[in-house]
Amino acid sequence: MKLRHLNAAGLAVLTAAALTGTAMAAPTCGADPVVMNAYFETGFPLPSKLAEEFTRQFPNVTFDIKEDQFANMMENSPRILSEDNAPDLIRLPSMSDLVANELLANLDGYFTDFGWDKFPPSQLIQLRVEEGGRPRGAGSLWAMGLNYSMTGVFYNKELAAKIGMTEAPKTLAELDALMQKAKDAGIVPIMQFNKGTGGLAFPLQDLMGSYGPPEPINDWIFQKDGATINTEANVKAAEHLENWVKSGYFAADTNAIEYFQMMSRFTGGEGLFMFNGDWESGNLDKNFAGKFGFFLMPPVEAGGRHAAMSAPLTFGIGAKAANKDCAAFFLDWVATNEQARKINVEVGGSNPGGPADLPIPAVTPGSVTEATLAAGNVVATENGAMDFIANATGAIFAAGWTPELQKLVGGVQTGKGLIEAVQAEYEKELSR
Amino acid sequence: MTNRANQIAGAAQAAPAKSRRRGRGFDRQAAIVALLFAAPAFIMYAAFVLVPLGMSVFYSLQRWDGIGKMRFVGLNNYLIVLTDSDLLQVIGNAFLLAAWFTLIPVVLGLAVAAAIREHLGGPFGTVTRTILFLPQVIPLVAAGIAWSWMFANSGVVNQTLRGIGLEALARGWLGDFTFALPAVGIIGAWVLLGLCTMLLVTGITKIDPSLYEAARLDGAGAWDEFLYITLPGLRQELGVCVTVTVIAALASFDIVYIATGGGPGIQTTVPGLEIYRLAFAHRQVGLASALAIFLMVLVLVCVLPIQWLTRVRR
Repeated sequence: MKLRHLNAAGLAVLTAAALTGTAMAAPTCGADPVVMNAYFETGFPLPSKLAEEFTRQFPNVTFDIKEDQFANMMENSPRILSEDNAPDLIRLPSMSDLVANELLANLDGYFTDFGWDKFPPSQLIQLRVEEGGRPRGAGSLWAMGLNYSMTGVFYNKELAAKIGMTEAPKTLAELDALMQKAKDAGIVPIMQFNKGTGGLAFPLQDLMGSYGPPEPINDWIFQKDGATINTEANVKAAEHLENWVKSGYFAADTNAIEYFQMMSRFTGGEGLFMFNGDWESGNLDKNFAGKFGFFLMPPVEAGGRHAAMSAPLTFGIGAKAANKDCAAFFLDWVATNEQARKINVEVGGSNPGGPADLPIPAVTPGSVTEATLAAGNVVATENGAMDFIANATGAIFAAGWTPELQKLVGGVQTGKGLIEAVQAEYEKELSR
Repeated sequence: MTNRANQIAGAAQAAPAKSRRRGRGFDRQAAIVALLFAAPAFIMYAAFVLVPLGMSVFYSLQRWDGIGKMRFVGLNNYLIVLTDSDLLQVIGNAFLLAAWFTLIPVVLGLAVAAAIREHLGGPFGTVTRTILFLPQVIPLVAAGIAWSWMFANSGVVNQTLRGIGLEALARGWLGDFTFALPAVGIIGAWVLLGLCTMLLVTGITKIDPSLYEAARLDGAGAWDEFLYITLPGLRQELGVCVTVTVIAALASFDIVYIATGGGPGIQTTVPGLEIYRLAFAHRQVGLASALAIFLMVLVLVCVLPIQWLTRVRR
């Protein structure tokens, strides 16, 4: 009897939906007061700015925001997500372990409800994980990106003019030549951090993208069967990086430079180039307008394919969260609301993602943000996006890339040896 | 008479028995009181030392990511600790650091104690003791940050070198494969110097001044006084200094974490830091626990002989 009633009710809803010709209504935050439990990363104001705007548009929703350093989030997120009062919105440093332990809400239902199939599939591929935590790049959707950042080469316009650099290099050889010119002129060619975490992973991955296609690198990061980082192209890339080290293109104390020191020294005029991500575009435009430029890492051959590390600013919803629907609505709103997209570009400096037909908000002509957004289009057109090589496993950055890159700078590791050592660490971790 | 004698004899026999009974009751009561006095401390000790220790031993026999299901792996984690070349280097680093953390503070502390022995009561002694003890009251994290600035490219160490024409020697000390560990060692030595000096200066005041007087009358020089009176007289204090500094080096974390993060490579990674990384970054709670237990055994193996060697034989 009850079953018949339920069937009848379901049929009535379906019929009503069919008659009106619309999909069933997507979840919202409703009209009752909602306090979103949010866990954001310290030092990055974008999520909080978006939360402020969301509350302005939906006054019944407020945010209880807790912030933590990225390294602490890496360590604490499983514990925090396993608690009963799990965050509704959480910045995710990595997903595989969290999916394996069933700590994240599966977003497949929201994908359908909100029509996220209109987003370019490549945008969401890094956010998909098979049940059990591996491989990534396929399976259910477990998170969304607040925006989609990308790495490339920032340059100091004044120093570039000093060495006669009038346009972005079109080949790797041209980039090498510019570095040599800078060194000859007494300018540090590359200001890069490598203390604490291996900042040389940025130039290394850019070099990998110059020497070879991004697909095998993504396969490795996504832990697909048989994938290896020890390919001919990647070894060449690492050896090229080794040559940069030996040529003295990096600051002498690179292994003693932390990320914030790198930013301070680069913006202070020390160093022609800096390999970094477009998350700094907003900062550079706001505080150093007109002083810095950006270009994508050039390919080996002129006219070749561009590839770059491009990763979403990943946010997930706790499996035990109290306001899952509202959190999903917020994630959809970030990607589709005009004001949210504007904030995203102005504060975050990165591509806001979302449906392919939505325009990217206008930015100041000649700004770094304009250059990075344009570069993002090139990478998207040439299908050259790679996830970050540090995201391959939970510990590969700390146990593999960072110590080996520091050894490379210290002259106690070769490019080939670096790739072999990281592959060995990767295999060791996957075998556990 | 006989009865009376028997009564007396009986009373004499009964008295000790009664006293014994009363004694046993008193002993039991005293024991209960003693236990009650000890109970709060024991409960705290059990809750914060014994139970975590037992749990660490239990975890060390498992493969566990801290969230999911545990899998019993027997002694496999200990086998990894003893055979993994990186972990062995990490343990080796701790011993290298122990040399810096121990030798410099103890030798300098001894030198200072011997030098200011005769001026301990005066303002010079007070000022010297205060200055040397200051690092001890500064938090290790603050010390690590301050020294990181001093060892940085534009820090005071390189500024000094450049100022005296030794620019070629200037470098990013904490990122240098050769000098990172000695640099961390100097930070630790600076922190521990105050403690050692204070202990040794206090110890030196206990030595009978007439011994020095007698030695001088016998024609002993300052070096002889130090070798034959000061050093043997400070045996116990030296034992405490070496024990504390060796433990500080083997179980170090704060200074290394702040100053170098264990780098470059794993040049300054020590077991304490590696345990933290394995447990919280690599999510290998079992292996981290095995390394922690191994570290505890290592500390005991190093400290117990020091204690035995420096105890005063009576």
